Amino acid sequence: MNKEIIFNMSTAFRGEYAILGYRFGHGEKAACIIGAMRGNEFQQLYMCSQLIAKLEQLEAKGAIVANKEILIVPSLNYNSMNVGKKFWVADNMDINRSFPGNPEGPATSRIAAAILERVKGYSYGIQFASFYMGGEFIPHIRLTEEGAHNVSMASLFGMPYILAASERAFDATTLAYNWQKQGTSAFSVYTGATERIDEERARQGVAAILRFLTRMGIIRYNCHGGYISSVVEEDDLLSIRADMPGFFRKKVSTNTEVARGQLLAEIVDSFRGDVISRMVAPTDGIIFYQQVQPMVFQNSVAFKMIKRIHE
Amino acid sequence: MIDTVVSVEMLVEEVLRIKKNRLAPDECTGTEKRLCLASGSHGDELSGQYICYQVIRRIKEEFHNLTGIVDVYPAMNPLGLDAQTRDFPLLDVDMNTVFPGDDDGAILEHAASRIIKDMAGADICLDIHSSNSLIREIPQVRLNDDVIESVMPYAKIMNTELVWIHPSTSVRPGSLAYALNTIGVKTMVIEAGVALRIDYDYCEQIVDGIFSLMKQMGIWAGEVKPVRQPMIATDGDVWFVNAESSGLFVPNIKHSMKVKKGEKIGTIVDVITGSVEERIYAPCDGLVFTFREYPVIEEGALIARIFGGDLHE
Repeated sequence: MNKEIIFNMSTAFRGEYAILGYRFGHGEKAACIIGAMRGNEFQQLYMCSQLIAKLEQLEAKGAIVANKEILIVPSLNYNSMNVGKKFWVADNMDINRSFPGNPEGPATSRIAAAILERVKGYSYGIQFASFYMGGEFIPHIRLTEEGAHNVSMASLFGMPYILAASERAFDATTLAYNWQKQGTSAFSVYTGATERIDEERARQGVAAILRFLTRMGIIRYNCHGGYISSVVEEDDLLSIRADMPGFFRKKVSTNTEVARGQLLAEIVDSFRGDVISRMVAPTDGIIFYQQVQPMVFQNSVAFKMIKRIHE
Repeated sequence: MIDTVVSVEMLVEEVLRIKKNRLAPDECTGTEKRLCLASGSHGDELSGQYICYQVIRRIKEEFHNLTGIVDVYPAMNPLGLDAQTRDFPLLDVDMNTVFPGDDDGAILEHAASRIIKDMAGADICLDIHSSNSLIREIPQVRLNDDVIESVMPYAKIMNTELVWIHPSTSVRPGSLAYALNTIGVKTMVIEAGVALRIDYDYCEQIVDGIFSLMKQMGIWAGEVKPVRQPMIATDGDVWFVNAESSGLFVPNIKHSMKVKKGEKIGTIVDVITGSVEERIYAPCDGLVFTFREYPVIEEGALIARIFGGDLHE
């Protein structure tokens, strides 16, 4: 393993800030993994740390295939993590809205440009991503519209689902979009949690990366075959919204099969404590997403379901 | 008439309401032109609040001169304005990145969608901003380069010093301006001053520009003040000055000054060693239309933008 500085800069009061990369193997740029880009992405950083530990063991055993190089960048924004902020400390900018970046621009733009330059040319790019809505997802691989043709390759991760994303207004400023644009097959891995560590799902995510690297001939590793992924179009997910605000008393979890009419959650009045609304499944299916905050706004999305699918 | 455009019950008791004030002649024919004034999508920008107040006050004073519709949306992000946060609280999302929104989406996307639906069909919209807390801006109109032909005639009469044709954050996909231009509402972004403060002179200047625009649209029969002729900037005319070191910025010039190439703009000093880390010089002759307000600097921070084009001298 080689540790390298990918980007460094001075700060006014906290000394040097350096973004570090960990390189395994030598030769052809095979795969690059990017971890936390925001200060609240603890699960994403944790998964990178576990992946680095595993690859270090594998490298010691000679299990990195000759002429293949893997680069892992655990965090682009650990200074925000250190002060409990989500975005860049100095100006509250989001690095994952700063791509492709500008080497002469502000710090987040410089970081984006430096990262994009360093990760250029890798065959496969993997980002441990988080969603801006707080909540839990079934672990899945997300493909941008630009990378929609990579479905069969995405299935090699062996994750339960592949989500073919619909276009969002800010896509062009994200790493995944720009990575894909410059020729790397880019995948976003969602393991469900962000601000807390979900040990089991982190393990599942790390296993998925190792499985993919094995199947692409980058490492030698004997692992479980994983899932035969189901492909879901993001536009086909059914949003179920809270019709009233209040405490959110959930009755099901993600990855649960539910029947039409089944109780999903109760909304409890914030002062009087009585149940003021019951959320029921509008159709048969599987819960793909659920909000995890103790309370909900009126009209907020509490669940997203994959319609008419069984376990 | 005050209408509620968005209404969502919050977690406990309160209701999030995004309101507009519709000012219209007592008897409408249905063919009146409509201007929308939008402000407060960033909760730390306050100039737009004062501008909206002054526009409404002046119209009410001479209500008989109003011959069209003016819809005023002073506080599109009322929670952010209340909490003094730029982004939409709870989600930490910049509201000006989620337009046109989604009626079935989360709270912010839902609100954005309702706002767009309400503004749809208007002739012109002004999205009024006041920079951020780090840099101060001269009054300017910002335009996307794909709407120059339709919007420039109106941008020129807004009484600003500058019209900048530039794909900035305020006019990119996801912004209110971009979303409205896409559906045929001619939309300009106004930038002036600095966040968390109100520059009253700048605000009065823009209010005069708004009445000039209303006159041009044929929805104001009253007198308007003559407007200044703006400098027109494209990206090629604008020089960005970014810091290459970190520390405390000590300025040698003031905002809105004209500078000569090589003139010292300021220094960045290290407060622990007492040393000068960097001396910053103007890269061209021109007008400093953007200047650093917040003195703590890190590498890459924007110090100034200088317009090096035709200054109309």
